[in-house]
Amino acid sequence: MADTALQLGIVGAYMVVALAVGAVAYRLTERTAEDYYLASRTLGTVVLLFTTFATLLSAFTFFGGPNLAFSAGPEWILVMGLMDGIIFAVLWYVLGYKQWLVGKRHGYVTLGEMLGDRFGSTALRVVVAGVSLFWLFPYVMLQQKGAGQAIVGLTNGAVPFWVGAGGITLFMIAYVALSGMRGVAWTDTLQGLFMLSLIWVAVAWVLSAVGGAGEATALLATEKPAFVGLGGGIYTPQYIISTAVSIAFGVTMFPQINQRFFAAGSKKVLKRTFALWPVLVLLLFVPAFMLGAWAAGLGVTVPEGGNVIPALLGEYTPTWFTALVIAGAMAAMMSSSDSMLLSGSSYLTRDLYRPLTGRGDASDEQTDRREALVARLGVVAFATLSFVASLYTPGTLVQIGDTAFSGFAQLTVPVALALYWQRTTRSGMYAGVIGSQVFYGLHVFPVIATVAGLLGLDVALPTAYMGWTPGVVGILVGLLLTVAVSLTTAPAATENRTAYAVSGIESD
Amino acid sequence: MSTVRTVGWTVVALVLMALAVPWFLWDTSAIAAGLPVWLWWHIGWMALASIVFAVFARTDWGLGVEEVR
Repeated sequence: MADTALQLGIVGAYMVVALAVGAVAYRLTERTAEDYYLASRTLGTVVLLFTTFATLLSAFTFFGGPNLAFSAGPEWILVMGLMDGIIFAVLWYVLGYKQWLVGKRHGYVTLGEMLGDRFGSTALRVVVAGVSLFWLFPYVMLQQKGAGQAIVGLTNGAVPFWVGAGGITLFMIAYVALSGMRGVAWTDTLQGLFMLSLIWVAVAWVLSAVGGAGEATALLATEKPAFVGLGGGIYTPQYIISTAVSIAFGVTMFPQINQRFFAAGSKKVLKRTFALWPVLVLLLFVPAFMLGAWAAGLGVTVPEGGNVIPALLGEYTPTWFTALVIAGAMAAMMSSSDSMLLSGSSYLTRDLYRPLTGRGDASDEQTDRREALVARLGVVAFATLSFVASLYTPGTLVQIGDTAFSGFAQLTVPVALALYWQRTTRSGMYAGVIGSQVFYGLHVFPVIATVAGLLGLDVALPTAYMGWTPGVVGILVGLLLTVAVSLTTAPAATENRTAYAVSGIESD
Repeated sequence: MSTVRTVGWTVVALVLMALAVPWFLWDTSAIAAGLPVWLWWHIGWMALASIVFAVFARTDWGLGVEEVR
């Protein structure tokens, strides 16, 4: 019981600190959409680095990833390194820097806005925002569900699920509506540093108790020889590459990550963040996932449905430290969710609300104020809907959430072509964006099997193509469709083909 | 000149991606200094990637992205 009070106290303390940061950010926030969503494009190196990082990582760092290392070996470090440290860093330059330049020149706040303007198409803007929200919504819902369950676990059921999830939802609404991007980015930074320190302290603690890394790895080699060798089990080359590619591509198009491309303060910030990225990935994932793997050698038992890191820390560190780590992981979940809420609401208000209510993008002080209000209402609507969904968690929504990364990944190639290949046409974009979504969607949801079943046939799409996941194959389908259709169609009259032609000089 | 540099850096990026996973150590389970050797390779490679990225940011940043067409 004392532990529960301690853990709740730590979570509570985090919320108080976050609210205080939010309040300071609120005082500095101007009442414009650009400031609310992008902190007026002023984020510095450390803040941009950590806000992208914390937003990206959620609870996977502390729970999901180490669990995988515990059950299948530490090779997930390689997936994270390749995906997050290198492929994402390259995309950071190729797509992120380009989007930043283009966004700065034209004042874009969302991906849909950027594409809609270039292709002179409100419909494309609505489609891109619609696709993004389709994958984002259940993902936010899963975070709320996770946080709600963590509260239930923390209090041994003393606080029911709906109170936990609802309380966290209310907190996030208040926080996001209050502070906007600036506050979200600041708390992410505090939290990223906090997570990084915690994980290294945890490693030091556990390793000093078992007699060092050599001892721990030797035990692992005796208990689970296959874990020390590279590959084996679930880890095939196709698995490593498919996973790394589809997650890296997906991450780039996640609204909360993509929007951060527009928020950098200067070229120098983008350069430094880019170079620091692989090292940061290394610093976080090697210790976190090795802890999971070492736990397998140490014979730690994980309770049914539980997580390996708390189990390991429970055996080797004092209770308050375990509590701190669990609280940190919950805070991580909240920080990813608030970023998602903020970006989701910008897609909702700017790319769906505006076009569908026939409003233009022209802005003056009055419309800015009205938009700021609409944006906050958007946050409330989005969070409330996903909270209600989290109470019922229909199976299909869980499935969408789990497959969200590859769903977003389908957008990356058409967007890259739009940014770099002037021959890309509006029809090409429609074909690439919608075609790849349909291809991937048909593999995720058993539409064909169901329809065939109604006709009395036994037809189903393959779950893999020569070991490659449908997510990766879909990316190729998107590439082929965008290129082929662009080559065979003429640009529409309203397209602005030079919209993305930018030099670096004007942005210094 | 800039085409040559673009191609050169593209090759560098592809090599950085291709060898982030030490494929040539597949199935090897040698251990050195407390960690599997393949993990040491990865750690070194990521550090190298950071340095290469920093050099790129210093010298050729903007290549392939900035030119007006």
